Amino acid sequence: MKRLLKGGRVVDPANGRDGAFDILIDGERIARVGKDLPVDGARVVEVPAGFVLTPGLFDMHVHLREPGQEHKETVATGVASAVAGGFTAVACMPNTTPINDNAGVTEYILQKAAQANLARVYPIGAVSRGSNGDQLADIAELRAAGCVGISDDGRPVKTSLLMRRALEYAGMFNMPVLEHCEDPSLKGEGVAHEGYHASALGLRGIPAVAESIMAQRDIALAEMTGASVHICHMSAATSLRAVREGKRYGARVTCEVAPHHFTLTDESLATPVSYDTNMKMNPPLRAASDRDEMLKGIADGSVDVIATDHAPHHYDEKKMEFDLAPFGIVGLETCVSICFDRLVHPGVIRLPRLVELLSANPARILNVPAGTLSEGAVADISVLAPDLPVTVDPSRFRSKARNTPFGGWQLKGGVAATLVGGRTVYVNESAGGAERFE
Amino acid sequence: MTTEQVATISKLRHKDLLGIADLTPDEILLILDTAEAMREIGDRPIKKVPALRGKTVVNLFFEASTRTRTSFEIAEKRLSADTLNIAAQSSSLVKGETLVDTALNLEAMAPDMIVLRHAYSGACHLLSRICRAGIINAGDGMHEHPTQALLDAFTIREHKKRIAGLKVAIVGDLLHSRVLRSNVQLLTKLGAEVWVSGPPTLMPPGIERQGVRGTTSVDEAVEGADVVMLLRVQLERMQGAFFPSLREYFSVFGMTRDRLRRAKPDVIIMHPGPMNRGVEIDSEVADGPYSVILEQVANGVAVRMAVLYLLAGGAEHEAAA
Repeated sequence: MKRLLKGGRVVDPANGRDGAFDILIDGERIARVGKDLPVDGARVVEVPAGFVLTPGLFDMHVHLREPGQEHKETVATGVASAVAGGFTAVACMPNTTPINDNAGVTEYILQKAAQANLARVYPIGAVSRGSNGDQLADIAELRAAGCVGISDDGRPVKTSLLMRRALEYAGMFNMPVLEHCEDPSLKGEGVAHEGYHASALGLRGIPAVAESIMAQRDIALAEMTGASVHICHMSAATSLRAVREGKRYGARVTCEVAPHHFTLTDESLATPVSYDTNMKMNPPLRAASDRDEMLKGIADGSVDVIATDHAPHHYDEKKMEFDLAPFGIVGLETCVSICFDRLVHPGVIRLPRLVELLSANPARILNVPAGTLSEGAVADISVLAPDLPVTVDPSRFRSKARNTPFGGWQLKGGVAATLVGGRTVYVNESAGGAERFE
Repeated sequence: MTTEQVATISKLRHKDLLGIADLTPDEILLILDTAEAMREIGDRPIKKVPALRGKTVVNLFFEASTRTRTSFEIAEKRLSADTLNIAAQSSSLVKGETLVDTALNLEAMAPDMIVLRHAYSGACHLLSRICRAGIINAGDGMHEHPTQALLDAFTIREHKKRIAGLKVAIVGDLLHSRVLRSNVQLLTKLGAEVWVSGPPTLMPPGIERQGVRGTTSVDEAVEGADVVMLLRVQLERMQGAFFPSLREYFSVFGMTRDRLRRAKPDVIIMHPGPMNRGVEIDSEVADGPYSVILEQVANGVAVRMAVLYLLAGGAEHEAAA
């Protein structure tokens, strides 16, 4: 079956396109992209004015919680959440129960993803067995089973030596090591950014340097080994400084920032509600100067990726004393709106740059065939509505979890529809005209 | 007694007392003025008034406490409240019940007030969001201990007749202290000049943003002070290596008679207790003529009576009864 998406604005930085183009989809793939394409027996979808077609968005940092933590999220609910957020693919972290440190777990996740048949799922395997930092996991086996990167996310790779070995070994497959940067001794029992607000509330602090000291270690090792390291959920200005410097001297380092880290600050610990456990994540919401530096890095190109660190938790787990509640918030269904409202509309970046951050760059870093609308590529397409007014309503999330700090926020910009492999997997009924993609 | 600062309001429009941070200077003065009246009740042969008759107050203590719990209980009994004590550190948590469930179960039995002591900062805020009962913070983690700061202010006012303009030096483990945080809030709101001193490893980040002067020199903090308040070195919170040894702590930060010579001649010495003699305070100072440490304890009852009375509706309630 052929569909011709006609007359929309196409933003595809990988091919240098930003303008009105038609896209002809034939089966699962993009057959042609061009001006005024002939209908040629295809079903025509007149793209409503104001909608934007981009390569499928790819969130390279999510927690799908399956196997083992299905009360928080499952692969099925996670990918439903992804497509509702405009994402056609996600990379899921290995800190499940058991840890994704062997092909059996990887295959289980992929099987669940195939059953759900919504967003594509690219598993990240563990660096070390049980992510306990002692012995490398069977990385070649993980790769053969479908893993596209390795990480001990949730904790840092324990020793400098193991990080060196992981970089060297994974480098043989051109797989990056995705690092949760955190010096455990500096983090201690901390639950919030070390600064005035945590101090006034009597919360133990996690200093920004706990992150950047580990980023510096990893960048030095990436330079030494020539392998790729990717700094996950970067939050501190000093980490970004290390990344910029590393890039300058040629280390293969990339980094991602989560929407909450370029939007919120540690002031949210105190206002409007004190001790809101939906403001508790790791790394924590940092100082305003850190947040501003993340925005600068997004604007000047030193930040490579926006990823959500989607971390669903059951409401029982979050309805606890601040110290006892788990770290993390969901992010898949608010990311695009936050990005439009806080980055594109205020002029921090233009739309093509956002598409790089959310699609082309994560695809390149993980060597995944995505991030372009080239002829012959799979037809993973996000249909965005930059001017759509959105009120964040957690009760309507497709995710099992509701732990968002953005509940009730009114934002400008959202998702109209999501196409995976040429098939429409999500239509936003509140975006007028989106039903044409059905 | 005559004091320079008195309240211009007569009611406390709060359901809870979660921290001094939520109080205006006038509200603080109202509590202190009310405590003056309450103290007289403790001097009577029959130490009881009917102000809280028919009210149920639960003392829910998740951390060991002798002084604060006893003080609240005496205050409640002097106001004729029905009180019960739950020492929860050994019961529900061990059975796996959450704080929220414990509170909801208590709430189902319709208490009027819950006095909560808890090891985690913000526990009182969590309860205040789910309970109809008024919540009184009797110490939450490292956050606040508002009735301690109120009884400290009451004691200072009694001796100095004022708080505005006094130099108050607070010395000790600042980082882990909820007493510090409440006192800084209260004393700066009432116009005192507050100095805090302790090892740099125990200095709370951003403390100067709360309007105090921080110094690692105890001598500088004590110089010309009207009030010197020592904070307990919290040995149970000392997993991190904050300083080399207790011996060294005493030699650098311990309050001795010698150090105290820099203070004003009529300085008063305070300590929220329990004291580590020979660590943050020399026994000569603790037991010396300037020490008001036991007066603090005595005043605690009157201040807590005032808080309970005002939160329960104060004069309004009495008129109705």
